[in-house]
Amino acid sequence: MKQTINPAVLQIRSLSANYGDVNALDDISLDVQQGEIVGMIGPNGAGKSTLIKVLSGVLNASAGEVLINQKNVNSYSPNQRARTLAVVPQARQLGGAFTVEQAVLLGRTAYLGFLGKPAREDLKKVAWAMKQTAVDSLADRKLAEISGGEQQRVLMARALAQDAPVLLLDEPTNHLDLRYQVNLLKLIKKLVKQEGLSVLMAMHDLNQVSGTADRVVLLANGKLKALGSPEEVLTPENIMQAYQTEIETFTHPNSNKHIIFPVE
Amino acid sequence: MKTRPFLVISLILGFSFLLSIALGAVTIPPGNALRILVGKLPWFEFSGDWPSYFETILLDLRLPHSILVALTGMALAGSGASFQGLFRNPLADPYLIGVASGAGLGAIIVMSIPQVGRYLIPLGAFLGGLGTIAAVYRLAKVGRMVPLTTLILAGVAIGSFTSALTSFLMLISDEMVLQAMSFLLGGSTVTGWEPLVIALPYFSIGLTLLVFGGHSLNVLQFGEEQAQQLGLNVERVKIFIIISASLTTAAAVSFSGVIGFVGLVVPHIIRLVWGGDYKKLIPLSILGGGITLLLSDIVARTIMAPGYLPVGIVTSLIGAPFFLWILRRAKKEVFW
Repeated sequence: MKQTINPAVLQIRSLSANYGDVNALDDISLDVQQGEIVGMIGPNGAGKSTLIKVLSGVLNASAGEVLINQKNVNSYSPNQRARTLAVVPQARQLGGAFTVEQAVLLGRTAYLGFLGKPAREDLKKVAWAMKQTAVDSLADRKLAEISGGEQQRVLMARALAQDAPVLLLDEPTNHLDLRYQVNLLKLIKKLVKQEGLSVLMAMHDLNQVSGTADRVVLLANGKLKALGSPEEVLTPENIMQAYQTEIETFTHPNSNKHIIFPVE
Repeated sequence: MKTRPFLVISLILGFSFLLSIALGAVTIPPGNALRILVGKLPWFEFSGDWPSYFETILLDLRLPHSILVALTGMALAGSGASFQGLFRNPLADPYLIGVASGAGLGAIIVMSIPQVGRYLIPLGAFLGGLGTIAAVYRLAKVGRMVPLTTLILAGVAIGSFTSALTSFLMLISDEMVLQAMSFLLGGSTVTGWEPLVIALPYFSIGLTLLVFGGHSLNVLQFGEEQAQQLGLNVERVKIFIIISASLTTAAAVSFSGVIGFVGLVVPHIIRLVWGGDYKKLIPLSILGGGITLLLSDIVARTIMAPGYLPVGIVTSLIGAPFFLWILRRAKKEVFW
């Protein structure tokens, strides 16, 4: 776990949000430092996607506040917010008529003028993002013609093209086969190291969280149940409480990673 | 054809326009028509070996008529493409979602008030169209989505309602009946340069705004949530698109009546041939709409010559089966 005296890039303070009468988030407080990956886990409906929606301004908070670089996000224009915070959503069949390159270029929306004419800088960033996510060979293919995993990588490339210091990911490995799961998590680690990104990532696979995240936050029923290192959070007690599932944990003999195994 | 869409489509538009001013009850050879037109420019002079009434027909009747027809087609196809992008729905069309009928009602209301001049007709149509789209949008919205079925149902319902009101207004104001009837059938019975001068600002402002909206529509294709996360001011963009598309529809309806299927079929063809990038799709649809209505209008003027068939009948007779053919063809292809 990193110790730093700098204030956290992303600060979430006593955040609550509702869908109608349903309390989707209840008093969440969490900081994400520069160069840190925070893995977000919790059963379906725990509030992971809701938190990403509130942080990205799609859903309003009912209480609490979110600061990015010590500034309340509500004071950001949509444009400024997109330059500060990029989201990798779950792949869905949207924008199928666009080519991969056109879709990644939309990551530059916050930098383009009203007419959307890209400058050389924008195209350079797009080419870089496509190369990082290995979709450059698909540049001219339509989104509707590529696989779900490839679409997920295109969405990742689009977020990278956004060039924002904070990156939020909603189960980014969901549609990927094992090779691209490993590649994507490696890429995220590399970018965090290289560019000093702050990453908050919702994930399902507890071992992937354990292997990737510096810290883990466990949500259940919209409440924060545990926050700390993988070893501190991914305990049989916490997991039983949140998922009603019995697990065993052990340390991998070679990598020293904290490993989770469901009890048969 | 793939590489130079604007060149291809502009050439076809020029050719259609020339055909439109040449053909009619009296046929003016296209060569002569072109020479008469170019001869009016300050730098050119052509000796005329054509009858002098050619010039009168061409300059006083055909030219303003053809320009108005072209602008109407452009407006319908451009607003159709924009509505499709806004609702992320390939069946959105100013006619099907009721905006055109609402604009027609607005126009009729203004026409039935004796004191106001025809200068205010487009404004009435604009307000009528805007009110309709607001009502349809609210009715069709389910949660955060505007699904295809509710959109079309709401459009048909509101469209029928406004059409009924229009019929009612026509019945109670009998001196307006003839004028309003022919107007609503989608035949531009207005002639001469005066209506064109009134219409031009509406058309040019509306069409320019539609072209400007292309990039924002691209971002919107990934859904409002993602568009906002990408930095688009979604609410502002939606209002901008609705206002510019309603303005353009209103201009078309005010001077040419309710003409169906141009706004639906033209963007479809353009999308099939040149893809779904709205920065290209909207200007190309605008040019394609001009072509389509010019050609339909030629058919309407010549098929029963010297009689005149309302062009709305022609576009529906050709457009509806053509649209069904596109749907069948497109089943296997992904073009949306």
